[in-house]
Amino acid sequence: MVAAATSPAAEPLVRRVWQALETVMDPEIPVLSIVELGIVRHVRLREDGLVHVGLTPTYSGCPATELIHRSVREALLGQGLAAVVLETVLWPAWSSEWMSEQGRQKLEAYGIAVERAPAGRIACPRCASRAVERLSEFGSTPCKAHYRCSACLEPFDTFKCI
Amino acid sequence: MSSAAECTAGAVSAEERFRYLLRLADTSLVLGQRLGEWVGHAPALEEDLALANIALDLFGQARLLLAYAGQVEGRGRDEDQLAFRRDAPEFFNVTLAEQPNGDFGQTIVRQALLDAWQVELYHSLIGSTDEQLANIAAKAMKECRYHWRFSCGWLVRLGDGTEESRARVQAALDGLWRFTGELLTPDALDAHMASHGIAPPLALIRSRWEARLAAALEEATLRQPPPAYFPWHGKRGVHSEHLGHLLTEMQHLQRLHPGATW
Repeated sequence: MVAAATSPAAEPLVRRVWQALETVMDPEIPVLSIVELGIVRHVRLREDGLVHVGLTPTYSGCPATELIHRSVREALLGQGLAAVVLETVLWPAWSSEWMSEQGRQKLEAYGIAVERAPAGRIACPRCASRAVERLSEFGSTPCKAHYRCSACLEPFDTFKCI
Repeated sequence: MSSAAECTAGAVSAEERFRYLLRLADTSLVLGQRLGEWVGHAPALEEDLALANIALDLFGQARLLLAYAGQVEGRGRDEDQLAFRRDAPEFFNVTLAEQPNGDFGQTIVRQALLDAWQVELYHSLIGSTDEQLANIAAKAMKECRYHWRFSCGWLVRLGDGTEESRARVQAALDGLWRFTGELLTPDALDAHMASHGIAPPLALIRSRWEARLAAALEEATLRQPPPAYFPWHGKRGVHSEHLGHLLTEMQHLQRLHPGATW
């Protein structure tokens, strides 16, 4: 996720874009920025003089994708950056491992568990118990599964490991 | 309709590539539409959510594939026009995908048969010489692998469950098995795509699919039906009576108000 600027002069601009992107929150998980989620793949100033921002979807059918694109445009416009091209990047396919450690901690504080390697190690975001049971492989959004804590009985969402 | 079946030995034409992409796209689209019929009707809320989420992934895959197919075709049709403005003979999904939901057990059997197929097919398509198809396949494979975890889990629970659940899924398996020959038997277009490295040889997919299914059916204590004769040709646009009804519902709004948007 390191920005590849075409020239040293481009660096401040590219940095400004990254900073603006850090303010764009995932619409379904409003504590997590799209940078922390790992879906911003590149920011580059190209020969055409435009800033190219590469975004990748978490899931092919995620309904938030279009809203995220719109939010990115608005955030960059707010910084006076209108000459921007949004590119959809499919390869390599997004993985839950691309989420930053900071992002994982924010998710857990928000009440969404994160499956950590080795696969299956899930802790209740409320009481931290490891005694949890899966209620469904799927949940309220395409990126989540549904679990319940056997200790405190709290049901909770878990970020799917894909 | 037979032009795709009479492929020339030479390079792959845009028309041939377009038709092959539609086979993949339409299978995801039609199967997703079927799963969507469960919303509000599944046996439990969790299963309702699961089927809807799988449908969403399938629509996403169909959208990527249809958008690419539209580019390849070069007649200015986008994914919406391809999804909503084609009639049944222009759909090239495999016939199994359009079969009715039946009970929950039948839906699970149909899903498991197709999940196993999509996992193996997309896994191989990651190595396609068609770069855009390879990129879409890499994404789709991860999603389908997760779908298989769900459908295979339910297949085992229902098969190795009560007398009633076992009898129902066995009946569903016996009824749907006859459609699986189409998934695994290459026609001229499949062979043509394979000869150019765009798609894998279906013989390879067959052996992997059979191994995956055999292990799941054994765990589910279900009896594998005898090999199926191959009289179905959905992927050449000749469908069972069910697809037309499905499209009537799916395309109703765009047929009535062409180009309508939210």
